[in-house]
Amino acid sequence: MTTTDAENTGALTTERRRLQLSEVSWPELASTIGLVVMAIIFVVLNPGYLSEGNVSAILQASAILIVLTIGQTFVIATGGIDLSVASTMTLGAVVLGEFYAAGWNLWAAALAGFVAATIVGIVNGLLISKGGITDFIVTLGTLSAASGLALIIADGKKNTIVEPVLIRMSVDGIWIFSWSVLIALVLAVVAHVVLFHTRFGLHVLAIGGSEESSRAVGIRTWMVKTGVYLISGSLAGVAALLLIARVGASEPAANTSFLLNSVAAVVLGGVSLFGGRATIVGPVVGALLLTALVNGLTRVGLSEFYQPLTVGIVVVLAAFITRYQK
Amino acid sequence: MTTDMLTVRGIRKTFGRVHALRDATLSLPRGQVTAIIGDNGAGKSTLVKCIVGVHTPDEGEVSLDGEPVQFTNPQQARDAGIETVFQDLALVEELTVAENLFLGREPTRGAGPFRLLNRRRMRSEALDMVSALAINVPRVNARVRRLSGGQRQAVSLARAAGFSSKLIVLDEPTAALGVQETARVEELILDLKQRGVTILLISHNFEQVLRLSDQVQVMRAGRTVALRRTDATDGQELVGLVTGAIIDPATAEAEVADAHEEETLA
Repeated sequence: MTTTDAENTGALTTERRRLQLSEVSWPELASTIGLVVMAIIFVVLNPGYLSEGNVSAILQASAILIVLTIGQTFVIATGGIDLSVASTMTLGAVVLGEFYAAGWNLWAAALAGFVAATIVGIVNGLLISKGGITDFIVTLGTLSAASGLALIIADGKKNTIVEPVLIRMSVDGIWIFSWSVLIALVLAVVAHVVLFHTRFGLHVLAIGGSEESSRAVGIRTWMVKTGVYLISGSLAGVAALLLIARVGASEPAANTSFLLNSVAAVVLGGVSLFGGRATIVGPVVGALLLTALVNGLTRVGLSEFYQPLTVGIVVVLAAFITRYQK
Repeated sequence: MTTDMLTVRGIRKTFGRVHALRDATLSLPRGQVTAIIGDNGAGKSTLVKCIVGVHTPDEGEVSLDGEPVQFTNPQQARDAGIETVFQDLALVEELTVAENLFLGREPTRGAGPFRLLNRRRMRSEALDMVSALAINVPRVNARVRRLSGGQRQAVSLARAAGFSSKLIVLDEPTAALGVQETARVEELILDLKQRGVTILLISHNFEQVLRLSDQVQVMRAGRTVALRRTDATDGQELVGLVTGAIIDPATAEAEVADAHEEETLA
């Protein structure tokens, strides 16, 4: 650890490589290794598992979860949690559906849904940062409130949305990547840049590491915390559009599995639930892993009743690995 | 007046019925080390917090470099050139040395809302900053978590010294350190003084105060009760002033009044 000046100067040139080697730790690699191991197991059991068609299907099915997971990662990086992501997405979808049914243009309706979801994020952020209420309680409250609002607005009914452009989002694309997946991946790249190459991103990690120290050096922590919930909310708004593209309708469903899986993907991605350490790649691979797992289980003919159990076991296992690394 | 970097006059601060500060007065001569000593609850920390913008005083004034100032948060004090090194809450363990050195004022490149961190500049300037520390240089890419207590305090001092500050406030800078590390940090403090930085030191350690400071301000029960040149005092007198066994005639009357007031309140 202690080095002379000369060593330190010399280190600057090779710094980048050394940084990356020392930064990558077991929990951050776990999701990637897990994905590879799982793919090998499933391809042995079911040779069609890695066919172009199925890989494309897995990617397509993971797009929504990836988008939600990115938002969840920002929140968890500050040491918080957003339990309302899935309900916020539902609310966004329902708002989109209502405006669409009222005759609005699809994109205008999508914008309305996006704004609604973003507002939920801002409310979460302000209640937590300015109101001083625990993140868990606030987002538990908005989880319920957003689903309730969705039910009220939709009056419990669903709106069918048939638009060629939405169908093309799932069907067309580049090679095995549908447009939905490409949107998710572009968002992931942007999120990576934001987290590691902007002041905001550094402040997110700093607050997760120590909120008190961050405040002491003059970071306006309430703005950063509001910011991460805003990001989570607006990404839920994007996910709402992807959800409608996939389902073909807006419905006030609970979508609980998306919430659990978004947290699970972040944990699988090696991000500390206490905040301060995070990557975007890890959770995105975690989201892929969870989707690929469910797909594989279906393909080997395991009843869908077994799927939540298996997902649970994998997540706890991943958390276990993280713990042992420390 | 302009020879003093910072002057504090008649500061009063109460928290409910507790008089944390009564008429606190302090002058920090430019380029010198001033130590504040006092028992627990004497008002040292409150006074410092009033200076660096954590607390806003109820009454009284603070002047920095001859200009009256009124900070409402630590960032304003920082922008004006007052850097504070806290005992333990200054660094973020999960971030690297370089990131910690620049936290809150990171250099960026690009324009408008698309500004990106200039990590290259952060690293090379961080290297200059830690290299200026005489010894025990930590790697700028190491996470602070992996550093020893002395190295951490060295990073905190480097951060405080690195941004052309007028005044550095050190709050118990060696409280958590071992003997050897304390000696190293003391060297760093003397090194900062050599470079002409004005320093305000809060310490429980009288020997350290005698080793490092040019003058000593004693506080008792929220008052600044005595000022001594370090070379004209000794540990015994300082202990007497802190405990109240020795009472400076200048403040005797006020202290009797305080005691009377406490009695009537009780």
